[in-house]
Amino acid sequence: MKKLLLATAAMALMANAAISEVKVGMITTLSGGGAGLGIDVRDGFMLAIEQSGRNDIEVVIEDDQRKPDIAVQLADKMIQSEKVDVLTGIIWSNLAMAVVPATVAQGKFYLSPNAGPSALAGKGCHGNYFNVAWQNDNLHEGAGAYANTAGYKNSFILAPNYPAGKDALTGYKRFFEGELAGEIYTKLGQTDYAAEIAQIRASGADSVFFFLPGGMGISFLKQYADSGVDLPVVGPAFSFDQGILQAVGDAALGVVNTSQWNKDIDNATNAAFVESFQAKYGRLPSLYASQGFDTANLLISAVAKADVSDADAFRAALEAAEFDSTRGDFKFGSNHHPVQTIYAREVIKEGDVYTNKIIGTALENHADAYAGECKM
Amino acid sequence: MIGERYLNLLVLAALMAVPLWALAADEPFTITLATRAVILALAAVGLNIALGMGGLVSLGHAVFFGLGGYAMGILASHAQSYTPLELFGLTIEGTKSMPVIWLTAIIISALAAWGIGLLSLRTSGVYFIMITLAFGQMFYYFAISWSAYGGEDGLSIYVRNGFPGLNTLVPIEYFGLCFAVLCLALLLNARLQGSPFGLALNAARQVPARVETVGLDPMRLKLLAFVLSGAITGLAGALFADLNRFVSPTMFSWQLSGELIVLIVIGGVGRLMGPVIGACLFVTLEHWLGGITEFWHVFLGAILLLIVLFARGGIVGLLTGKEGPHV
Amino acid sequence: MSSLLIAEQVLNGLQSGIMLFLMAAGLTLIFGVMGLINLAHGSLYMIGAFAAAAVAGATGSFLLALVAALIAAACAGAIVEMVVIRRLYHAPHLDQVLATFALILIFSEGTRWVFGSFPLFLDIPEALSGPVTLPGGIQYPLYRLALIGAGLAVAAGLWFLTARTRIGIQIRAGENDREMIAALGVDISKLYTLVFALGAGLAGLAGALVGAIQSVQVGMGEPVLILAFVVIVIGGIGSIKGAFIGALLVGLTDTLGGIFLPELFKLFMAPDAATQTGSALASMAIYILMSLVLIWRPSGLFGVRL
Repeated sequence: MKKLLLATAAMALMANAAISEVKVGMITTLSGGGAGLGIDVRDGFMLAIEQSGRNDIEVVIEDDQRKPDIAVQLADKMIQSEKVDVLTGIIWSNLAMAVVPATVAQGKFYLSPNAGPSALAGKGCHGNYFNVAWQNDNLHEGAGAYANTAGYKNSFILAPNYPAGKDALTGYKRFFEGELAGEIYTKLGQTDYAAEIAQIRASGADSVFFFLPGGMGISFLKQYADSGVDLPVVGPAFSFDQGILQAVGDAALGVVNTSQWNKDIDNATNAAFVESFQAKYGRLPSLYASQGFDTANLLISAVAKADVSDADAFRAALEAAEFDSTRGDFKFGSNHHPVQTIYAREVIKEGDVYTNKIIGTALENHADAYAGECKM
Repeated sequence: MIGERYLNLLVLAALMAVPLWALAADEPFTITLATRAVILALAAVGLNIALGMGGLVSLGHAVFFGLGGYAMGILASHAQSYTPLELFGLTIEGTKSMPVIWLTAIIISALAAWGIGLLSLRTSGVYFIMITLAFGQMFYYFAISWSAYGGEDGLSIYVRNGFPGLNTLVPIEYFGLCFAVLCLALLLNARLQGSPFGLALNAARQVPARVETVGLDPMRLKLLAFVLSGAITGLAGALFADLNRFVSPTMFSWQLSGELIVLIVIGGVGRLMGPVIGACLFVTLEHWLGGITEFWHVFLGAILLLIVLFARGGIVGLLTGKEGPHV
Repeated sequence: MSSLLIAEQVLNGLQSGIMLFLMAAGLTLIFGVMGLINLAHGSLYMIGAFAAAAVAGATGSFLLALVAALIAAACAGAIVEMVVIRRLYHAPHLDQVLATFALILIFSEGTRWVFGSFPLFLDIPEALSGPVTLPGGIQYPLYRLALIGAGLAVAAGLWFLTARTRIGIQIRAGENDREMIAALGVDISKLYTLVFALGAGLAGLAGALVGAIQSVQVGMGEPVLILAFVVIVIGGIGSIKGAFIGALLVGLTDTLGGIFLPELFKLFMAPDAATQTGSALASMAIYILMSLVLIWRPSGLFGVRL
């Protein structure tokens, strides 16, 4: 639970920033198995704050250890003791479900840099909750749409047996128009996929969709590449982000995955972001880092326009989302989730580094399926 | 060196003083931390009956903690959505009342402990450790895939449940409530240690054959201890869920079972106040070390190791200069 | 579902069982000889995988990586034995569980400190990549066949070591009566260090072999550790033969359960619900197996009656 009080660069206060200080609490995963994602979000976020040169935004960072009860406790601490105005940082949906409802009910703002559970996009939406990344189903829906354009007729789909896994398969099926050759729920944390791969081989499918985040995806891809099954694979970006690809290696080459961001999206903000991130941290940014960066810039844009103590004005400033996103134009839907383009990317090798290249658009200006249920 | 009786009183007084100070100094989060310590202590007090008195090293007590938590989560979520719970043809109304939830948590965990104990007590030693672990894993995986109650996402309760005459949303009042429950459990535990049942259980741990020769069944004694132990840990689970206003399958995880054992061993196995001291120290370390370094687990591990290797009998043993009972 | 597919899945189950045996062998050896519950065994597995990934990254040789994994884990094991474990042989199981739990914390976060938070790359060697065609037309990855070979070799080697060599006689004697063989002039503490290092080395080797087709990351040891415990408890703690049979049973149950339980439920449930219920039950299957075995035989299949 590292405390990092940021004393931003001593640039003069901008003319329009003569507003009281804003205190931001970041609860994210910095230790244990999933730490890579939290570190990326944190680094992206802090890079944006630093570049803005504002010294009226104070960020307090704490590690949730990926445990929901710790996250709740930290949220209590940030609200009760640190008296923060805005919370952000949570990576995992189950932690978000534990923290967000209580946070917004207490009148604080929550900006999600990663998790977007369906409950918070639909019936459980709230005026003070903004998701800057995606609704959980988005990238899976993109994968389903891509499968149609690629002409796949018969998919084999698999995901771990937990809520996000079920959402993933539902999201894919929502857009995929072909048949299903098979549907498997694997064990959460499973590391050996020989049995599933044998099922895929025997199923007569023409394509495979999988959602296996983190280490599960690494294991699956390595074993799939070695199995001799050569059906095309699609998946969401979570198994193909910059932190993971180097561990998968050649096994990931050529695989198509869907993402709302990539380092070659052509706009000035993105180019500058990729370059400055690499210069500061010595590695290529991942999509999580871009989400952290965008979240911070959204916050900065709102702070510049409105006083956080005036909740209605601040909310309107956030809704306007007038900031330069790494994704180009950024727009919120009616339920405060992004309406955005989902790209299809392919894994390539640039020199010694594995990375992604955009090969097409899967869904244009896509909003999530739950916006209609949201009554704000 | 200090007498154990005085040490016990000192610890309770200190545990009460910290949140009162925090109230005066307007540090509400410290009260939340103290409440967390009290609830973890309660769970460990429960485990200590099985572990310290009965010699049953259970690496599956998270089962009861989790069941208590889900008893609260399920009842409160049905109350929250005004839909009754249909169970085997019975219609049960959800509730937001703590006493009802507590009673449910106690009954369900006691029943589970009875079932698990009946099967597990056929084994002993390492096998007992491992079979309890196996039951823990079963519940864990079940909870993850049980989509009706959120699966891995868990269940959020928006408002803390109520207790007649108290405003449980005020941190200090909720602390007081948990503290009172802990004191009751400690009192029960103290009475138990001197009672015929406690003495027989102690004997059953050390020399089961002798207990048998005087006509007592060591198995039944241990089973009773296990049920009692599970019930108290279950109650702690319900309180913990209310503290966080949230339940999730992590309450069933084997790491949590491990942490409960850690609390007891830090404090002192089989000591009345061992779990309380252990829980306070653990929460303090977690908070304080975590504030210093991202890699605080390394130091937590090192401290644990030192206690196991050089402070047999835990902190209580260290302070009173007496070794605890052998398990 | 064709009978060929069923045969392939049975093969997969046996193969995953043998991977488990690699891990469980060291664990059961250490318990059998020293009566020690070593929760940190999973950390040694992780050390092996990380050492292999580091060496393979630097030299490009998989063979060197395996050697490095073996040596790194064995050295870590020997150090841990001499500094910590040695003081715990006479301690109750509870202290052992706790001390080795503490070691997990130290090793896991220590590794993250050194190697960072992102998974490492470790691939199978060129010569063993790709599938081969088995009799009957099953396409099967060559590397997995090599894993089966390695597992059988370890099983044979361990049998030879314990049944046919001088050290093996000392080990078996040590299991029965450690005071007696100490009195006969065997340096028992050196023997224990050796056995612990051997068990650790086996875990490290397993980590490297399995890490090549899985993900090399912090925390990779714990899930396997629990499975390995299930294996040795089913087999009877301390018995190499038991660990072997137990590993195959667990591998088969886990693999076949995941595939066939959802199919089974589809016979009398809606497909969607059947997939979910079946998968949920499948993830609990090995623990159910373990409790059934223990209820039937309280000290495992080949354990010594207590």
